[in-house]
Order: sequence, then C-alpha cells, then structure tokens
Amino acid sequence: MPEKIIAGKTVNVDDEGYLVDYKEWTEEMALEIARAEGIEELTDRHLLVINFMRAEFEANGTGPSIRRLNKKSGVPTKELYQLFPGGPAKKAARIAGITKPQGCV
Amino acid sequence: MRNLVILGAGTAGTMMLNKLDSILDKEEWRITIVDQYETHYYQPGFLFIPFGIYTPRDVVNPKQDYFPPGVESIFAQIELIEPEKNQIILSNGRLLPYDYLIIATGTKINPQETEGMAGPEWHKSIFDFYTIEGAKGLSRFLKYWEGGRLVLNITEMPIKCPVAPLEFVFLADWWFTEQGIRDRVEIEFVTPLPGAFTKPRASAVFGDFLGKKNIKLIPDFNIARVDSEQKKIVSWEEQEVPYDLLVTIPTNMGDTVIERSGMGDELNFVPTDPHTLQSKQYENIFVIGDATDLPSSKAGSVAHFQSDILQENFLSAIEGRPLRAKYDGHANCYIESGFGKGILIDFNYDTEPLPGKFPLPGIGPFSLLEETRMNHYGKVMFRWMYWNLLLKGAELPIESEMLMAGKRL
Ligand SMILES: Cc1cc2nc3c(=O)[nH]c(=O)nc-3n(C[C@H](O)[C@H](O)[C@H](O)COP(=O)(O)OP(=O)(O)OC[C@H]3O[C@@H](n4cnc5c(N)ncnc54)[C@H](O)[C@@H]3O)c2cc1C
Repeated sequence: MPEKIIAGKTVNVDDEGYLVDYKEWTEEMALEIARAEGIEELTDRHLLVINFMRAEFEANGTGPSIRRLNKKSGVPTKELYQLFPGGPAKKAARIAGITKPQGCV
Repeated sequence: MRNLVILGAGTAGTMMLNKLDSILDKEEWRITIVDQYETHYYQPGFLFIPFGIYTPRDVVNPKQDYFPPGVESIFAQIELIEPEKNQIILSNGRLLPYDYLIIATGTKINPQETEGMAGPEWHKSIFDFYTIEGAKGLSRFLKYWEGGRLVLNITEMPIKCPVAPLEFVFLADWWFTEQGIRDRVEIEFVTPLPGAFTKPRASAVFGDFLGKKNIKLIPDFNIARVDSEQKKIVSWEEQEVPYDLLVTIPTNMGDTVIERSGMGDELNFVPTDPHTLQSKQYENIFVIGDATDLPSSKAGSVAHFQSDILQENFLSAIEGRPLRAKYDGHANCYIESGFGKGILIDFNYDTEPLPGKFPLPGIGPFSLLEETRMNHYGKVMFRWMYWNLLLKGAELPIESEMLMAGKRL
C-alpha cells in the first residue's frame, strides 16, 4: 500500500489517493488535500460537509451519495457542486479522509 | 394458523409465492399476496417496443395466471406497513395481520424529481422506456422521426437493469441503420458515471463498443434540470447538452408506501442485510428484488438468485434456526448489442464482470464480455424462461452463487 506525507504526517493511501484509515485524518490534512484538488480555502460550509461525510462514514462504513448528502446535511445540491467542483461525493470524501464512496452496480 | 404476507406480485413476489407455496404446510400457513395491478409486465421486453421488435401484447399476462391455487390474492394498493404492529393497511381500509412479511414492491421511475422533466414535453419529445406508456410513446415517435440528436441520459444511480440504457443506444444505432437514416442521427450517451458502466473492465469494453458504433459518450454528467423549451439538459455545473429527442432514465426510487411507513432510505429502498436478505430493522421481515438497498444490480436475474437464498433463510427463520444461506450479489445479464448480437456479463459483490466463457449445462457455453449471436439468443430465450420457469419458481440450470469456472482474470 502506498504511503504519503500529508501535512507532515505519514499515512497510508489507496491507489487513487484516498486515505485508508479515516482515523489518521486531521483538519490540517484536509486543507492540504483540498489545495491539491484546487480548493484554496475551506470555509465553514466546506467543513460542515466534511464533518457530515465523516459522521456518515463512521455510522455506515461508506460515504453518502450526493442525494443523501443533500437530504441529510441540508446543503443544496447546487451549492455542493460549487463547494466541490467536479463531483462533491468523491471530492469531499477525499478531503474528509474517508474511502471512495461505493459506486452502485 | 400463521400468516405470511407478500407485498408486490412482480417478478420477485410471484417467484417467492410459488416457491414457498410448494413447501409450506397448508395446515399451518396462510399465504396472502397483494398488488395494485392485475397485469404482469415482462419489463425486459420494454426495451424492444420502441423499435417494433415486440408489441405491447408480447409483454403482458394476467398476474393471476401465475398464482398457485389456494393462495389469497388481493388487488389493492398498499397504504401502510406497520412493522411494530405486524400488520398491513390497504387503501380500501382492510387490515392484514402477518407473522412474516416479504417486501417485493420493486422500484419505479420518478421524472418529477428532476426540474423540467415531467412538464408539457413529457412523452412528446422526452421519453422513458422503463414504463409501458413510455415504451409505446417512443415507438410512435420513432416511426415518424426524420433524424436529429438523440440524447440518452441517466439521471442518477442506482437504476434497475443498469445495462438497459446501453442496450437502448446499441439498438437505436442498429434500428436507424435499418431505416436508412443513421447518417442523419447523432446518438449521445450522457451518464453520471465516469465511463460507460459501473465496473472498470466492463466499462472499458462497453466504451469501445460505443466508439465503434459512433455513439458519443459524455461521462460525469449530473443532470440538474431539463430545459424543454430550449431542448437541452443542463448539469449542476452548467454543462449543457442539446437534444431533439431525449430518452431519459429518471431517478429510480422504491414505492412511496416504504416512505409513508418510515422504512426506507433517501430513495425509499429498504435497508436489508446484503447476505441474508432479512430487513436490518425487523426480524420477521425479508426484502427481495428491486425494493432492497443492496449494492447488487436491480435485475430479474438477481431477484431469481436471491429467491433461492430467501427460501432457505425463510425456512430457517420460521423454525428458529440461524440464517445460513448467504447471497453473494450474483447478477447475470444479457446485453442486446444490435444486429442480432449480444454480450453477456456475470458478476457479484466482489468480482467484477470478467471475460471468458460461461458454462450453462445443456445450452451453453456463452461468451463473456464479447459480442456473439449466441448471447443474443440467450436474451431471446430469457422471455420464455421468465414466463415458464422463473415466475413459477422452477429450478433454472444456473447456480445462485457466482462461479469462477470459465472466467479469465
Ligand atoms: C427496460 C427494462 C429492461 C430490463 N431488462 C432486464 C433484463 O434484461 N434482465 C433482467 O434480469 N432484468 C431486467 N430488468 C429488470 C427487472 O424487470 C426487474 O429487476 C424485476 O422486475 C424486479 O422485480 P421486483 O419484483 O423486485 O419488482 P417488480 O417486478 O417491479 O414488482 C413490484 C410490484 O410491486 C407492486 N407494488 C409496488 N408498490 C405497491 C403498492 N403500494 N401497493 C400495491 N402494489 C405495489 C407493483 O405494482 C409491482 O407489481 C429490466 C427492467 C426494465 C425496466
């Protein structure tokens, strides 16, 4: 498994760069991952989504779909795409330090 | 007397009814099945109606013909499930108490979930083919269409029969060629997925087929709204795709009775143990087919494999034994690829569709992830098997567990 240094900490990541153990995540790491993804600052709205993602992952073992994210966090879908351009579910999962959301078959 | 109630007499409900009716002791069990409609539709046949390959008459039979004698069948809408009280309320006010419940209420399309979709242009220039009305409407539309931009769009995942949208564009390519107007039709396949399909190897193979058939793939497109006046679909990131004919797979959701009963997730699918098929919340409730929240495909073949597992676990449950049978996510789909050919995929929770051979005693082998005539016949044969074996709960010459034999890693 590849290792990576994020915000000064060595962590395990999968082939696509998602954190393997969400417990290794810190808020400083979030900012560094976000910047690599082209998001310069993490606002309160970003953090709300990220914390929601982590809580969902803790409860269900997988990140939420965009529909679930919208319905349960109350953040409008349009805003989710503005906060995380290019795909809120995957991008927010990466920044939140959880594994890639399971696609459906 | 103990009561078993089955909700929904579609593919999965009818199959379970026949299986359990033949093994439960009638002195001890009363079985009741409920559905709102009296007509059973062979949904895989909807795909062929727009192209005139099947007529609506080819895909219907009375549900009643598939119920064994002696069971009580009720045609009424299910209003509410009250799992704490172990009872069902029907829209005609009737109460049905149960000891065990099997939920098989399936999934259906919800065009009203997307802004601008179910408006004045619905079934005029915007069609689905997941309902008989949509399939019939498309068939009429296509007869007179002179060509233009045909856009197929998947709204969001999961959808039932996730290969059906690919089959639709493959068949459209063939049909317009037959009509002599293929050069006047642009076909685009617009999907929220990163490629042509969910799993990497199959996605690459299907992506190649799209290219070879001159069908344009637009991936990662998450539709926000339909602008039916300007005839374009617009994504959440304001990407626009213009169309002349929009064929959409609207959001698929479980029935509203699941929502009313407070038993579903955000898409009204019932949280279900992925291996035992027991409800995650209630021990005396099992869920099968499209109504579950499982990450397996929503397909008739899946419901069939699940039915073997459910039968075993149901017998264990009523005798107070542990539930030992485990569903592995097995799915087996014939994909019509046009010009009299087809592609077959076979996979489960852990193993993605792989190339190779698929052995089927007496009939096979079929080729996996490859286009052959034999696979097309498999699809044609499926309709006969559906009415004559599958619905009746008969044994099919195919294992419910996925086998690796023949597959190439
Ligand atoms: C276009 C298309 C192509 C397909 N192609 C294939 C294919 O090639 N191979 C394959 O294996 N599968 C295919 N499928 C999928 C397959 O048809 C379904 O997965 C299968 O029918 C699911 O069975 P089910 O019993 O779960 O749901 P259904 O068969 O849909 O049955 C659900 C039943 O519940 C009833 N119901 C729901 N709510 C209520 C209520 N509140 N009150 C009363 N009754 C209610 C409905 O009336 C319905 O009869 C295709 C589907 C479509 C639409």
